[in-house]
Amino acid sequence: MYQNLGKALLIVAALGLSACANPDRFGGAGGPGGPGGPGGVDVGGLGSPSDPRSIAYFNQTIGDRVLFAVDQSTLDAQAQQVLSQQAQWLNANVQYSAIIEGHADEQGTREYNLALGERRANAVREFLISQGVAGNRLRTVSYGKERPLQICSDESCYRQNRRAVTVLSAGAGV
Amino acid sequence: MKTTVISTLAALAMLAAPAVTPAQAQEPLRIIIEDGVIEPIPLAIPVFIAETPGAEQVAAEMTRVVAANLVGTGLFREISPDAFISRITSFDSPIQYADWKAINAQGLVVGAVSVGGDGRLNVKFRLYDVFSDAPLGEGLQFGGTTQSWRRMAHKVSDAVYSRITGEGGYFDSRVVFVAESGPKDARQKQIAIMDQDGANVQYLTDAASIVLAPRFSPNGSQILYTSYETGSPSIYLMDIGSGQRRQIAADAGSMTFSPRFSPDGSRVIYSMSQGGNTDLWLQDLGGGAPVRLTNAPSIETAPSFSPDGSRIVFESDRSGTQQLYVMSAGGGEPTRISFGAGRYGTPVWSPRGDYIAFTNQNQGRFHIGVMRVDGSEERLLTASFLDEGPTWAPNGRVIMFQRETAGAAGVVGLYSVDISGRNLRAIQTQTGGSDPSWGPLLP
Repeated sequence: MYQNLGKALLIVAALGLSACANPDRFGGAGGPGGPGGPGGVDVGGLGSPSDPRSIAYFNQTIGDRVLFAVDQSTLDAQAQQVLSQQAQWLNANVQYSAIIEGHADEQGTREYNLALGERRANAVREFLISQGVAGNRLRTVSYGKERPLQICSDESCYRQNRRAVTVLSAGAGV
Repeated sequence: MKTTVISTLAALAMLAAPAVTPAQAQEPLRIIIEDGVIEPIPLAIPVFIAETPGAEQVAAEMTRVVAANLVGTGLFREISPDAFISRITSFDSPIQYADWKAINAQGLVVGAVSVGGDGRLNVKFRLYDVFSDAPLGEGLQFGGTTQSWRRMAHKVSDAVYSRITGEGGYFDSRVVFVAESGPKDARQKQIAIMDQDGANVQYLTDAASIVLAPRFSPNGSQILYTSYETGSPSIYLMDIGSGQRRQIAADAGSMTFSPRFSPDGSRVIYSMSQGGNTDLWLQDLGGGAPVRLTNAPSIETAPSFSPDGSRIVFESDRSGTQQLYVMSAGGGEPTRISFGAGRYGTPVWSPRGDYIAFTNQNQGRFHIGVMRVDGSEERLLTASFLDEGPTWAPNGRVIMFQRETAGAAGVVGLYSVDISGRNLRAIQTQTGGSDPSWGPLLP
């Protein structure tokens, strides 16, 4: 099934850091009648987490996301370690490109959080580029506070929502 | 230091007015909306007279809308019809002022409704200043289709409100907003439009994509909004009547969002994010290349024009935290105007030009507030877990905003509050609501 990945395939990227069952893949791609419906999920082959060339390995073993401090977009040491491994994987698997999704917690106004999420996504993109990944394989998008992963209103959830997620897609450029 | 004005009340002032007739020195029914304490003015609003057979029901419904509008301002209270001594049986019959004084009605609204053979609805009304023994202003009438009965009731309400307060009305106006449903981590959002009181909701987009922050054009015929339908946020212009729309200010590899019209409707100011940096841009809707208004490494967003089009208020974190700045509409060096505690965002210039409304975030609480355009006289009007995104009523005296409650089961809805901080009210909508934008008075 790994070979059946279509060009337009979107990948479910959910199972890494969170116990939450909600896939971190959001609206826009699937129309109301499309697979999974609004905000739904297009399912594709992830491969096995033990296969270093698989998307599952990238998402779970390396980790597809990094977290940020409140109102910050700087990458701490742990984030840099994860991103270094992401860069190595992307350099070894050039048939993939990635969309980096920046997110914010709900403690902020809508427009500011959109801009902040973009800052976070861009910080990840710049780091990956610094590690040798071609910039034309990396696109960014910010969801601001529109798509929280965890929905409680305290720091335990907020900290998981302040994230940038590297979402792989098949295809060399975006 | 700032205090939250929970219930600063407007002052009631009975002003001496120029004598209108030699026979009577009138003391007109009048409210000045400003800080102070008000006891709501008692109004008698007898059921409007049905002047044609079959008009009884619409007359009764229009009366209820007028009463609800006026009472909803917090400036008036309605006297129970059970207390009435006089009966209004004809629109032109003389008013027995003593009967209305006896039940302490300061104002009396008399209305009459007829439905013509062609199905046209006609409503007329007179407002009486009971303690002056005289009408307040001329009688007025409005005609329209029977389907537009609510709008006609809003027009009557606006006229009564204006005559007593001296302010423009706002009842006959609409609000665009984002209708929200579903859980917090899978919210579905649709652009919707409704009457300002929450009636007549219509959806302008489906729920396939995330949509944000619709903004009315100055004449109320178009909206700007942000949609993720291409996968990345970008700005769309929609004609409300036809539903036709087009993407504007799109730029590959960037996000565009937070649009607002210029006061003449010809230009759009917005934010564009590129390479981790967000600045303000201006696009002429007639065409041409977008013009960059700010060029700073900080976040510049949420711009709003002054009503004369000469200045722009926006938020920036160039100082290290979100604060409010005013600059010339052509760009240039901005002046910071917010200096209170916490962060400030989403500034909106009042249509009257006298205040800027904003969101303040401080110590885990959110507030809606207003300040003079130079930053003075700041006052916070509300406080909650998450209040955000003020918009002004056409008369610049009432603000609508969104309030979201905390936690996994948190719900978001629309509220309104006076600029004095009084009369906080929930707007009843079928779904959750956010990102309101209050349109102009309808023609």
